[in-house]
Amino acid sequence: MNKKRPVNLDIGTIQLPITSYVSILHRVSGVVLFAAIAVFLWVLDASLASEESFNAIKECIGSTFCQLIIWASLAALAYHMVAGIRHLVMDFGVGETLEGGRLGAKIALIVAAVLIVLAGVWVWA
Amino acid sequence: MGMITNVTSFGRSGLSDWLLQRSTAVVMALYVVFVTFYLLANPDLDYSQWLALNSHICMKVLNVLTVLSIAIHAWIGLWAVLTDYVTVRLLGPKATPLRIFFQLGMITITLVYLIWALDIVWGI
Repeated sequence: MNKKRPVNLDIGTIQLPITSYVSILHRVSGVVLFAAIAVFLWVLDASLASEESFNAIKECIGSTFCQLIIWASLAALAYHMVAGIRHLVMDFGVGETLEGGRLGAKIALIVAAVLIVLAGVWVWA
Repeated sequence: MGMITNVTSFGRSGLSDWLLQRSTAVVMALYVVFVTFYLLANPDLDYSQWLALNSHICMKVLNVLTVLSIAIHAWIGLWAVLTDYVTVRLLGPKATPLRIFFQLGMITITLVYLIWALDIVWGI
């Protein structure tokens, strides 16, 4: 095979459809969640270790810094779950056409946005 | 290079990874939906109630299944990301050792998470 053959898969030079953005965000949110696992385990550990550490976590959740981290983690989780459910739906053969894929991507973005707003309401209300 | 790519995948087979990625996702989704509704239903949750829930054998089983699912799902997902972007075509010849470094790092962190998490949820 000619190793110098032209390859144009440089995504920086290609105009991306909405499905690409939904897919890339699925990956980005997954990588973010990998880091968020450390936060989740720290909170879970403290919440179960003793009554003192449980109350300390409750108090920490009242601070803006903690709330921002929790909301960002919940946002990544909400988006990743919605995009994942879209994959499962497509695995069952629903929305596999070009138009179906685009519509599914739009629905996923809207549902994720609603859940992210609701997560914010939960954290701050 | 193909061999190195394959040997760091979780199930050593695309079909195995594909099925595991989906089944682990369903387990984690069940956990997230249950815990979310539980916390919404109990806004004034106290320590004894939270401890009682997580000491229940059904919750312990769900906790352990979720923790195992996180580890498998993260391994497969990050493998896919690393083998797509840390490549010789995108980064040049240094990409292969760099990718192996990141993959072994990712696997190490995943195992640390797993052991820590099992210690939390099974030690109650």
